[in-house]
Amino acid sequence: MLFFSQLINGLQLGSIYALVALGYSMVYGIILLLNFAHGDIIMVGGYIALLAITAGLPTYIAVPLSIIGCILLACIIDKVAYSPLRKAPRISLLITAIGVSLLLQNLAQLIFSAKSQPFPSSVVIPKGSVNIGGFAISYTALVTLVVAVVSMLLLTWLVQKSKMGKAMRAVSEDMGAAQLMGISVNSTISFTFAVGSALAGIGAILYCCRYPQVSPTMGSLLGLKAFVAAVLGGIGSIPGAMLGGFAIGLCEVLVTSLGGSAWTDAVVFAILIVVLLIKPTGFMGKAMSEKV
Amino acid sequence: MTKTPSSASPSLYEDKRIISMPVRYLINIVAIAVFMLIGNLIISEGIINRTYTTILLQVGVYIILAVSLNISTGYLGQLPLGHAGFMAVGAYVGALAWKAMPHGLGYMIIGLIVAGIAAGIVGIIIGIPALRLRGDYLAILTLGFGEIIRIIIINLPDITGGTPGLLNIPKYSNFNVIFIFVILTCYIIHTMMKSRHGRAILSIRENEIAAEACGINTTYYKVMAFSVSAALAGVAGCLYGGLQGSLFPSAFGFMDSINILVMVVLGGMGSMIGSVLAASVLTALPAMLQFLASYRMVIYSVLLILVMIFKPSGLMGTYDFSLTGLIEKAIIKIRGGSKNNAKEGQANE
Repeated sequence: MLFFSQLINGLQLGSIYALVALGYSMVYGIILLLNFAHGDIIMVGGYIALLAITAGLPTYIAVPLSIIGCILLACIIDKVAYSPLRKAPRISLLITAIGVSLLLQNLAQLIFSAKSQPFPSSVVIPKGSVNIGGFAISYTALVTLVVAVVSMLLLTWLVQKSKMGKAMRAVSEDMGAAQLMGISVNSTISFTFAVGSALAGIGAILYCCRYPQVSPTMGSLLGLKAFVAAVLGGIGSIPGAMLGGFAIGLCEVLVTSLGGSAWTDAVVFAILIVVLLIKPTGFMGKAMSEKV
Repeated sequence: MTKTPSSASPSLYEDKRIISMPVRYLINIVAIAVFMLIGNLIISEGIINRTYTTILLQVGVYIILAVSLNISTGYLGQLPLGHAGFMAVGAYVGALAWKAMPHGLGYMIIGLIVAGIAAGIVGIIIGIPALRLRGDYLAILTLGFGEIIRIIIINLPDITGGTPGLLNIPKYSNFNVIFIFVILTCYIIHTMMKSRHGRAILSIRENEIAAEACGINTTYYKVMAFSVSAALAGVAGCLYGGLQGSLFPSAFGFMDSINILVMVVLGGMGSMIGSVLAASVLTALPAMLQFLASYRMVIYSVLLILVMIFKPSGLMGTYDFSLTGLIEKAIIKIRGGSKNNAKEGQANE
């Protein structure tokens, strides 16, 4: 019984990590950028949802509004900060991403103050639980799992079957060759950012329902954990990001339930290190051979 | 230090040594002594108040951190994100050693050396597995190690004081101590990079496979550069403890590592003067801009993005500063103008 509830708990947390990790992984796969601003896009999504709900908008408007906000923000960031640096050394791009992350955090602090604000989670997902075979599962956990699985299925379809997904895969394989085949590289990259941040927006709302508060720094720790998940699964690989997210979520819940909550983060990083040492590309990453 | 072959034309190279080596050392030592004297004067005469003195000392600590990170980022070409972790190891080991020993100059130096060695050993332990990986994976691995070090410090309250912090650390770090260690750090790195080992490290940055094919033991040199960088960060951490008088685990988080990396990249990777300048500006500016209150971090991040967009190689690029070099250039300009003209005339004929 306890095991089952912890399992659901871990899966719920893991699916949020997985949604966020997908954004990291997709962006990395296409322009090899560790997008540190991704966590802060989540924070912005949380604030938009909070503002929309406190303004009295119904959930079915507030949630899409927050997702669209995330998408717009990511596209603006890509156009303004990242696209001038397509040819620059990668470390400059990384520092720019860190700069964007700091900017978003501090702007949020300026506008909303550093204090965390309560998030009206019960408006988005009603409290209560449903009984399945004698086990009680809260609505929040159920909705999180269903939404996460559906978004992942949609994403897999998008990447594998649609024309834009084909373009994405082509650009991540070889940017130059993709351009020669008539694919617009810049719009493909923007589209990747948009898809990644749409998932981040969904993740933001699910995260706010689980931990019902919003603060300017909420994105940094969530971002870091999701990032670890993406690396664990093999950065650049979409199924890897999902697997990594679930693995991190489950392991975090396991360590906490065994009474080691102070060591949770250390265990997560230790697992990451061990996995990277045994299999340097993560669970599902492709080994890249070095050209001489 | 890291002159690309193209920037040093042969004729310039011939003219380079018009000042002989002993004189060069003398000029540099005199310059350092003058700097130190000026620093002591403005502090003792009360030209700058206590707040600004503290900022000046912090600048010194961050210069050591940035210059030492520059070894593994700028010269070795890796991307470690755990520099604050090494700083934490040095800070805590040094502070505990200082607290355990009686007061005195000799004990202070022992404490700093112990801190440096401890951080260096941790650097080797982390470096051996981490440097097997390439690029971003190395970044993430060092990030993970840095966080683990911080969590261990938090969870060992009996030794490290935990979250409430380690208090009553002897305040050894005055201007002279920090100044001497800044100079010492720059000197160690400068001589290391000019040596055979330094060239091996640079060759790994340029092309690891080619370096290996030339018979350079890449693993050895990578771990060496990494652990020297860690050891110097440990010394800086120890000085930081001696400056603050107290240590808190929150000062060694992931963002602090990033902060040091930003200094290195903003200054120009592989440029020591760039690291020094960026560390000075980025440490002093936020402290000076207190009156801007909450706007200051917004301005900081916007500036960071703008510099990266308009000058991706950092403010200084790979340019490096040499006092004697400048003097030589001036001498060449004054007396060599006619000589160069004559040379060009010959070439034209």
